[in-house]
This record gives sequence, structure tokens and C-alpha cells, in this order.
Amino acid sequence: MATRATKTTDTTWLRPTGTPGGIGESAPRPDGTLKVTGEFAYSSDMWHEDMLWGRLLRAPLAHAEIVSLDTTEALALSGVHAVLTYEDLPAPVRHYGLEIQDTPVLARDRVRHHGEPVALVAADHPEIARRAAALIRVEYRELPVVTDESSATAPGAPVLHPDREDPHAPHVPHPNILHRQPVLRGDAEAAAARADVIVRGDYEFGMQDQAFLGPESGLAVPDEDGGVDLYVATQWLHSDLRQIAPVLGLPEERVRMTLAGVGGAFGGREDLSMQIHACLLALRTGRPVKMVYDRFESFFGHVHRHPARLHYEHGATRDGRLTHVRCRIVLDGGAYASTSAAVVGNAASLALGPYAVEDVALEALALYTNNPPCGAMRGFGAVQACFAYEAQMDKVAAELGLDPVEFRRINAMEQGTVMPTGQRVDSPAPVAELLRRVKARPLPPAEPWRSEGADGPDIRLLPGGLSNTTHGEGVVRGVGYAVGIKNVGFSEGFDDYSTARVRLEVLGGEPVATVHTAMAEVGQGGVTVHTQIARTELGVQRVALRPADTAIGSAGSTSASRQTYVTGGAVREACVQVRAEVLARGRRRFGDRHPAWSGPGLGLDGGKVVTAEGEVLAAVADILGEEAVEQEVEWRHRPTRPFDRHSGQGDGHVQYSFAAHRAVVDVDTELGLVRVVELACAQDVGKAMNPQAVVGQIQGGTVQGLGMALMEEILVDPATAQVRNPSFTDYLIPTILDTPELPVDVLELADPHAPYGLRGAGEAPTLSATPAVLAAVRAATGLALTRTPVRPEHLTGSG
Amino acid sequence: MEFLRPTSWSEALAAKAAHPEAVPLAGGTDVMVQLNFDHLRPAHLLDLGRVAELGTHERDGAQVRIGASVPYTTLIEELREELPALALAAHTVASPQIRNRGSVGGNLGTASPAGDAHPALLAAGAEVEAESVRGRRRIPIDDFYTGVKRNALAPDELIRAVRVDRATGPQQFAKVGTRNAMVIAVCAFSLALHPDRRSVRTGIGSAAPTPVRAGAAEDFLTAVLDEHRCWETGRPPPPSAAARFAQLCAEACRPIDDVRGTADYRRHAVAVLARRTLHWTWTSYGERARSTEGAA
Repeated sequence: MATRATKTTDTTWLRPTGTPGGIGESAPRPDGTLKVTGEFAYSSDMWHEDMLWGRLLRAPLAHAEIVSLDTTEALALSGVHAVLTYEDLPAPVRHYGLEIQDTPVLARDRVRHHGEPVALVAADHPEIARRAAALIRVEYRELPVVTDESSATAPGAPVLHPDREDPHAPHVPHPNILHRQPVLRGDAEAAAARADVIVRGDYEFGMQDQAFLGPESGLAVPDEDGGVDLYVATQWLHSDLRQIAPVLGLPEERVRMTLAGVGGAFGGREDLSMQIHACLLALRTGRPVKMVYDRFESFFGHVHRHPARLHYEHGATRDGRLTHVRCRIVLDGGAYASTSAAVVGNAASLALGPYAVEDVALEALALYTNNPPCGAMRGFGAVQACFAYEAQMDKVAAELGLDPVEFRRINAMEQGTVMPTGQRVDSPAPVAELLRRVKARPLPPAEPWRSEGADGPDIRLLPGGLSNTTHGEGVVRGVGYAVGIKNVGFSEGFDDYSTARVRLEVLGGEPVATVHTAMAEVGQGGVTVHTQIARTELGVQRVALRPADTAIGSAGSTSASRQTYVTGGAVREACVQVRAEVLARGRRRFGDRHPAWSGPGLGLDGGKVVTAEGEVLAAVADILGEEAVEQEVEWRHRPTRPFDRHSGQGDGHVQYSFAAHRAVVDVDTELGLVRVVELACAQDVGKAMNPQAVVGQIQGGTVQGLGMALMEEILVDPATAQVRNPSFTDYLIPTILDTPELPVDVLELADPHAPYGLRGAGEAPTLSATPAVLAAVRAATGLALTRTPVRPEHLTGSG
Repeated sequence: MEFLRPTSWSEALAAKAAHPEAVPLAGGTDVMVQLNFDHLRPAHLLDLGRVAELGTHERDGAQVRIGASVPYTTLIEELREELPALALAAHTVASPQIRNRGSVGGNLGTASPAGDAHPALLAAGAEVEAESVRGRRRIPIDDFYTGVKRNALAPDELIRAVRVDRATGPQQFAKVGTRNAMVIAVCAFSLALHPDRRSVRTGIGSAAPTPVRAGAAEDFLTAVLDEHRCWETGRPPPPSAAARFAQLCAEACRPIDDVRGTADYRRHAVAVLARRTLHWTWTSYGERARSTEGAA
């Protein structure tokens, strides 16, 4: 029986000392050994007797009518078991989507982006499936594409979704604008009149890809009663289920989902990829169907980070106080909605950055275009804004003749600051302290490539590395700073909850806890944290984790830096309830043997009931005997509210997360090549549940931000809206030789509203890493650099 | 697709003669990628993995003869002194795993303008040893690259080895990519000084439909070095000459705009690399000249 709790039961119980591996320790990952030895089964490794291979045919054009579609030849190929098109879809529901169900499962008469799914094949072998897909004859009539704000809103522009019924449709200025969120506070106009300096800038943010290493994959196994079991790598099983079942024409209970091994996600697995397709083929053929995208297809198989154009105006007085900010953020959502509306909400509400400014007028909007659909990626709308507002902060500081860190310190928000949405920040916001810490760190030595007594320079320590492009010529050092703000958890009134079931029983004479949630472990280490929480709360050494599946209620998404907070909170609450039940049973059984049984402060530690002074009252094994204790809870963080449609006012976020970076770069100014020498981060995590894991998260986020500064970009041809670099040959992500020293300074300032005081940690470092690197490159080159990623031709004037 | 697995060189030549369209496969670092991406579906694959002699190298007079399957790692570890430009180029190829498998023979077979070995082979001076059942011939490297991903091999020929001139002077190789490892060249440049012949040679990669030499730049620099008696004195050519050399190298490019870089950037970068590698090689030549003087 599920019980509801809106906040963690108060407990005075302190962390046990007789149970190692609890919270606050760097407990090893349960899946760590398997992963580093190559034994871990990822979703693409799955196999089933008698299985078929599924394959999609995708549209080669970004915008076209489908004039005709002929599957005859494909069906005739030996080894082909099914070819499905829009006409074969079994239910009236033929679209899906996370927020707005506007994405066709298979295209009917029109494709809206390059790579849109058109037809499906199941065959005995992946090569046969590929051949069959190539034999499907599709005749297209090409349509003009819209690729940016001016083409999407021009008179006569083709409307991507003419019959919109989504909640944003009635109040957007143009049908190709998916959602628009203004934020208005104070009087920016009047404040601008008080400014001694006004600085404006236009910025452009390229399209980043999550570039997870495990491609989209899964296995659908039909059952005997017309239902299906789906094993898949995803970020949120229950959200998938909600979208899959209606398209299959099945009730949710007949679609059972189990998490398969996930090789990274970063937001790219929030939307469906092959889930519905594999199920359709399995149900049609009565055979298990496996689908695995290759790397090329993966670039078309998930949404990307929204590219953006941003215009900012900052005003400040001579003494360095910001008077006002006005800005406009235009995000390209591509052909379908995905999570664009929520990304707009984040971009708008966090557009200012972590600064206290009273007079604000801004708006963020997302477009429908024929570019690839964009949606969730680590940082979720806060990343694009951070790149621009931090560039602006440097620009204003320069205009005022102030040190950029000092200028930020003067304007830094803190606990109690009111956000431009009107929300008062009610937990620590150590923005100035984070900046102080990265600045106070000693600078790495200059010209690290010169080593005493060596023949020549150590080229690994120069821009270009082993490519041997410089021996020091043209190399200039630069240092830059940035800080960012990210919300934690789902916002704007979303019912963001997690479910956890915890069982405590005696096995082989020893108490064993079993934790069951539907949380998607995508590499973040949530499974480690769950075992740590169970050890701390229940004082047991052995903790088993049930596979994540839909046999239990939702754990929400592994995104928005929320899992340790929300599902961790649910696991903790379930443990607290299990502990209470164990103590109640103990009291009933042994209560007359010791007066402490009737007092407060009892806890579980080392398999025993102990008093606060450490006196042992009974063994858990003796209390439980043959009878297990099990509790299931649904746990919620504090509710949030929607932003007002006109003013953007509202307590929209549950928690904020902050990180600051200092980047030190060496730039070969003649060739435009950059080596990041050091990228130091300071971040407040409230409570480091697993110190090693949280440092790993911060370093990973930092490197993803470095990639966005210097190399990561999906290039889309503006004339055709076709993707030009769908491969790891030409979509570059940082290698270890591009990865500098990443010193991390972790603060633990507890948030009193969060379990253990923790603060979601996974995303904030991705925000500030990019603008810090850009600031350092600007410092080295003196160039304005209003676009990221920055390319060698931008640094050498040869674009 | 048929997978042919000859166990000897003569069997391999016979197989190629019987199936001229067969695609040779050694390390597989290029062919397998093309197969995986469905860009290539030949009727026959000719696996050279069992032909042991393709994996050996030896000194042969003024040349080093490198079997077609000798991996880049071997060039880095064993031939750095004799073939410095090629060893430097080998070090910029992909990742350690790929360098353990990929070979110069494969680079030549693919003949991509972006192949890392080509500029070094052009600068050092090399011959491709091609063979068929009809016989063996040596193709000068200058005649080998005939078009975008095309080379001078006849349909029934296989690459047996590449013969590279042993260095008689300093050599350099530099490659621009947009990350510090594992990257396809945006452009690459190699320069070799040949004091025995009092000449210089260049090689440019990824900046024209084929790998090319900057002939006019070489002629110009050779003349300047003679005129200023640089070879004798070890003194560098005047800065204006270095600048002119760099400009002539850029003019030898016929680059395009693509996802990896702009044509303008490629020309610009080749000029920078030409100037820098000239400085590096000449500094090193000058030091050697002075130390020889000192010894005498």
C-alpha cells in the first residue's frame, strides 16, 4: 500500500557508524566493476532466441510531401517479415510527445525534418532489414524550409503545424512560435534612465548533441495475450509507457517495461526513439524485435540542445551596480515540440543569471522550424542564457573598468534575493563565495610546455597537441570566469514525484534491505546513492537493488539534476517508515526488557537496534524473524507554480543550483587553436552524498561545457535544413588530450528543504564551463567572440 | 560478399587478378568504417592479414622499405630517426588502438586528400611498390595521387610496400585539427630539407583534391638557400624569403569550404605551418651545421 508524504519524516537519528558505505562516503558503484571490465550488458547487447531486427527508413529531405510510398519490393525480399507505414498503425493515437503530442510515429503525408521516420522493417538480419528499407520507394515533393526566426515568421511562411491544439497555441504571436514566456518585473525603462553605462550584445549558440556513447536500442518481446515486454535504455520508464501504450492500442498494464543498460543520456533519452517502433514490429510479427541505431542514425534518433540567438541589454551605474536587464532569447525547437516549452520556461526564468536585479524585461521563445527537433540536454535552457549573460557581465565590467569577478560579486544574488519571477530564494546561494574560491586558486604555471633540460617543447602541452602545430609561436594565455544558475527538479507546477519500495528481511541470519524504484540509472550513480541511503537509514550492510521497471510506480525522469533529491528522498522516506516499523515490532517484542525502548532516539546500526549512546537493545534479525517489513512511498518535493503567461511571475522552481568556473587557456592566435590548461570549478552541492561521484559529475559537466565552447556543434545546412556532420568523425567531442586539469571545490551548504540538505548537482557545471572558456579565449585574443562553439576561423579572421 | 583470405602474397595477387574489384583489407580502420556505414558493399573483400611479409620493414640503401600492413605504431617506435616526418605524421593518426592497426599502405590505397601520411611521403620522397600477377613496378609518390580518393594503381594491382627516402636532413610535419587528438586534418603540411641535394620538398594535405607539393614554393626556397649560401653557413634564409615561401605554399592549395573548415582558413593555416616548419627545420639544420663545425 502506497503512502503519500510531502516531506521527509523528521528524524533525529544520526548517521550510524557501525555500517560502512552509507551517505557521505565514496561508496563504490554496484555496476562499476562490470562497466570497467566490459562485462556490463548495455541495451545494445541484448539477445533473444528467434528475434528479428527492426530498421527505420528515414526521410532524406527536411521538408516534403510524401506523394507515394510503395513497400512491394521491400516485402518481397527474402528474410523480411514486416514492413509498416503510417497506414499500419493499429490505434487512433498516432502521435506522441513529452509535453505536446505532435510527433508522428511514422510520417503520413508530410515530413518536417531531415531524418524523420517514414517506414519500418523487421527482418531476420540487420543487413536484410537495411536492404529492405532501401527498397521502399518513396516519392517526395520538396517543400520550402524555414530555418530561423525570420524565415519561420515571414509572410507566407509554411506553417509546420497548422492545426495546433496545444495549450500555447492560443497565445503565441505566430503559429511557428511554439511557446513564448515573458518575464517582467519592476520598470526596466525607468531603470535604464538611471544607468551610467548601457551595454548591448547579440549572441549565437550552436546546436550541441548529447553524444552519449550507447546508441538508442532496445528489445520488444510480445507475450501470448497481445501485450509486450519492452527492455530499453531510457531516462524515464513511465513517461515512455504513457506515450507508447496508446499508440499500440493497449492499456498500460499490458506494456511492461524494464530498464536495459544505459550508455549515457544527458537528456537525449527523454524523448522516445525506437520504443514504439520495436513494439509495433513485435506485435505485428509475433516475434521478439531488437532495434539498435548505428552512430549515423543516432544523430537523427534523438533531440539536440536548442541552438539560440540571444540579444541582451545590461545597464549599470558607475559603482558597478546593475540597473536593469532587457533580453530576448530565441530558441530553435526544430520540427516537433519535445520539451521546448519547458526549455523556454527555464531560459526565461533564469535569463538573468545568478544576479540580483530588480528591473527586468525579457522574453524567451521557441520556434517551430524544419531543423532537427531540439529538446532536453543537460542544463536545459539555462545553458544558452548563461553563455550570453556571462559574456555581457564581462563586457559591462570592461566598460566600467572593473575587475570582472569584482563586478559579479557586487551583483551576486544570495539567500533571500528575489528572482525576476518574484520567487524568493530560500536556501543558500553562495554565488560570490564560489567565484571567490575559483579566483583564489593559484594560477597554473605559464608556458607549461617548456621543461628543464629537455630537447624541445612538450608539444602535448601546447595548443594542437601532438599535431605539432606550434612550439610556442603565437601562443597567448588567457583567463576567464563565469558563474551560472540552474533549477533543480521539474518546475512550473509539474507534479514531480518518485516512488520507492523498501523491504527489510532476514536472509541467512543477516538483515538485508531491498530497494525497488523505477529510476533510470544512466551513469549518474543513483544506484550507488540508493544503497548508501539504505545503509545509513537501516543500518544494514547488505542492500540489494531490484531492476528498474514499471511493476512499481514512477520515479520521474533522470534529468533536471533531480534523482538524488526526489527518488533519493523517496528511498529515504521508505527506509524511515521501514525503520519505524522495525522499532515498533521491537518494542512489542522486547520493550519490557530495557527502559530505552520507550524513549526517543533509537536507531538501526550494524544490524542492531541501538540507542543514541550506542547501547545495543536487540538484533534486527531477532525482531524480524521470518517476517519481512516492506513499505512503499510516493514522495514529492515542495510544489511549484506556473509562471504567469504575461508577467512570468510565479514560484516556478523548487531549488537552485550554482557553479562557478575559472578557465585558463593557451591560444595559438595565428592558427586559432586552443588548449584549455585548467578549468577549475567551485560548486555548492548541499550535501556530497558520494563525494567521488559528485566530483565525477562536476568534471563530466565541465568537460561537456568545454566541448560546447570549442568544438561540439551539429551543423545544419541553412538552405536545405539537412544535417552535415552526423558522425563522430565530424561531430567532435573532447578527448582526454583536450581535457585539462579539473580541480573541483565542493561546498556543502545544506538546503533545509531537501533530503539530507542536498542540492542537485549534475547540470550546473555544464552552464558556466562554456562562458568561462570563451571569456579566457577573449582575454587571450582581444576578440569579441559572440558565438559558441568558437572555431579556428573565428579566431583568425578567415571565416 | 565473399571474404577472400590468401595465405601468401602470390595467392593475394592471384585473387586480385581474378577479382579486380576486390577491396583489400589490412588493418580495417578505414574499410570497416565504410562497411559499417553501408558506404561500401564490394562483391569481394581481400583480407591481407595472413600475408606475413606485408607486416615487415627493412633498410634498403637510401630507402626504408615499409610493408603495406606495417602499423603506424611501428613507424613511431622504430623509424623516428630515419623517417622523422612520417613518424610525426603517424603520431597524429587517430587513437593508439587505430595506430596499432592502420598502415601507410591503407592510407595510400584509400588516397584520401586528408590521409595523414601523404604530406610526409611527398616531402620525404617515396615510391609506391605496386605488384600484380603481371609484375612489380615502382610508382613515384608524385605520380601516385590521381584524383579525389583515386590513385595510380591498376585494377589488378596491390600495394606491396612503400619505399621512403631516409632523411638526410631535418623534417617536420604539422596538422591542424579542431581538437588535440583523434581528428581528421583540416589541413596538414610537411617540409623536408634534403641537404645532400641542396633542395627542399613539401607536402600539403586536405587543402586540394589530392595531396600536393608546393612546387613553386620549393623552387623559390631552393634558389634563396643557394643564393644566400645557407646550406654552407647554416644561417636561416631571410625573413622576407620565409614569408614568400609561406605565401607560395598557400597558393599551391586548392581548398574547399566544408564542415571541417573554410577554404580561406586552410590557405591561411598552410601558410602559418609552412613558415613555422621552415623555422623549425632550419633551426635544427643550423644547430647540426654548427655542431659539425665545432667538431671539425
